[in-house]
Amino acid sequence: MGQTCKTFFCTSSRVITSLALVVGSLAAAHTAIAQDTPLISGGVGFFTITNGGRTTYIPVLAPVLAAPLGPRLLVESRATILDSFSPKRGGQSGYTSNSFLGLSYLQLDYLANPHATVVAGEFLTPFGTYNERLSPIWIGNFVDAPLTFGLGTMGTGSSVGGMLRGSAVSTENVSLDYAAYYSAASTNEQFNAERATGGRVEMYLPQKRFELGASYGRVLQGRHSNFVGMHLWWQPAESPLKFRAEYAHGEHSSGYWMEADYRLSHFGGTESPIGRLEPVFRWQQVFRASPDSTDGLPSADTNRVDFGLDYHLPHEVRINTSYSRQLSSSGNRNVWQTGIVYRFLFPTWKGK
Amino acid sequence: MMKHWTLLTLGVVYLATLPLISQDSNSSAKPPVKPRVTVSANRNESPDGNGERKFQQNCSRCHQAPEGFPPRISGTIVRHMRVRASLSAQDERDILRFLNP
Ligand code: HEC
Repeated sequence: MGQTCKTFFCTSSRVITSLALVVGSLAAAHTAIAQDTPLISGGVGFFTITNGGRTTYIPVLAPVLAAPLGPRLLVESRATILDSFSPKRGGQSGYTSNSFLGLSYLQLDYLANPHATVVAGEFLTPFGTYNERLSPIWIGNFVDAPLTFGLGTMGTGSSVGGMLRGSAVSTENVSLDYAAYYSAASTNEQFNAERATGGRVEMYLPQKRFELGASYGRVLQGRHSNFVGMHLWWQPAESPLKFRAEYAHGEHSSGYWMEADYRLSHFGGTESPIGRLEPVFRWQQVFRASPDSTDGLPSADTNRVDFGLDYHLPHEVRINTSYSRQLSSSGNRNVWQTGIVYRFLFPTWKGK
Repeated sequence: MMKHWTLLTLGVVYLATLPLISQDSNSSAKPPVKPRVTVSANRNESPDGNGERKFQQNCSRCHQAPEGFPPRISGTIVRHMRVRASLSAQDERDILRFLNP
């Protein structure tokens, strides 16, 4: 079915059916208690990417739904709707446009006990931190994902199957948490995933705001390759500095990124004209061990540096700008990116 | 290779100079959220300090906390974040109580 139905409208009808299911569950949750009203959230944005002199324009809408059903269940979903307009190649004038409409996840969470949640459906593959935490357009500091994004996230970044996750230990000094999943192969256009398994463990020291984690993933189809990863986050409590780093290793390539950002809130607080500025710096390296056209990483060793400057406007609007220099034996290039994102959050209906 | 190091050094300098030029502040980080739910008066008097501590230690780890939200979605948000951030059930309860004293 996935092969015969590739048009935008056909895809839309599938997404709409899936969303109808979610809305159905929302209606069922209508009787929920006062604080458990289902919500709609997410981001809407407009981005530009200028790569080697060609500028692509990308309007994006990424709505999220979260709907509790009774005391132990939660339905959550995120859709991404985008269009990209790029200049035609070969000296032709005008733009070509590409539409994309897809569900990043549509999952049912069952809070089985204080330490374990069972997840079923389509969910974001838990590997490293970028996919689950930084991919929402209103969260990530840069318009594009790190170069190593394809490692361990199993192709699409989404898995279809089951996951067990939760907090193993949570004390004043330390939290240990885990996630383990199994995904079936799915060629359905909306729920596209590889047969894979994997998981992540992490330790968070809440007083130090320091986190260290390790991830593992194994593709269970084709050549059965393994991925391993590590991440380290540190955000000192009394400082607006954030440091995040991730390393990932696959059979054909490996790499890391390190990102630091510093909100200038010392200048009159976070709401002063200067305090709304947030310079960001990201350093990335990719090492290519052997060719693989499917892992999404550059085909040769690559270094990249990204200088970003974000501006937090009032009312949950953020402007992102960045300049990147990419150095590789297959060619050096400059990438300029800009974006404006509005983050929205509201209840699905008026509560009591 | 030289070029890479130059770029890396530039980046480090870019960030490193910022804290230096900004004045040293001794004021502690403010909770970044002002839920429409609960405004500071009640929150400061909340008998349960755990909720506030847990909120501050967890809710701006991955993103900026929202500027505010209606109380009737606070339970939904905290449950959603319990799953996303693998918080314990106790953390969920304490943070919810902090948001709705
Ligand atoms: C592990 C990272 C992480 C932590 C810790 C975290 N969040 Fe989130 N939060 C997210 C992500 C990712 C999203 C966006 C969900 C999406 O787009 O898929 C989000 C979304 C939200 C939203 C939008 C509504 C929704 O439910 O999606 C609110 C409000 C929110 N978080 C508040 C909080 C609060 C309050 C806390 C502290 C209990 C918290 N967050 C802790 C990652 C995190």
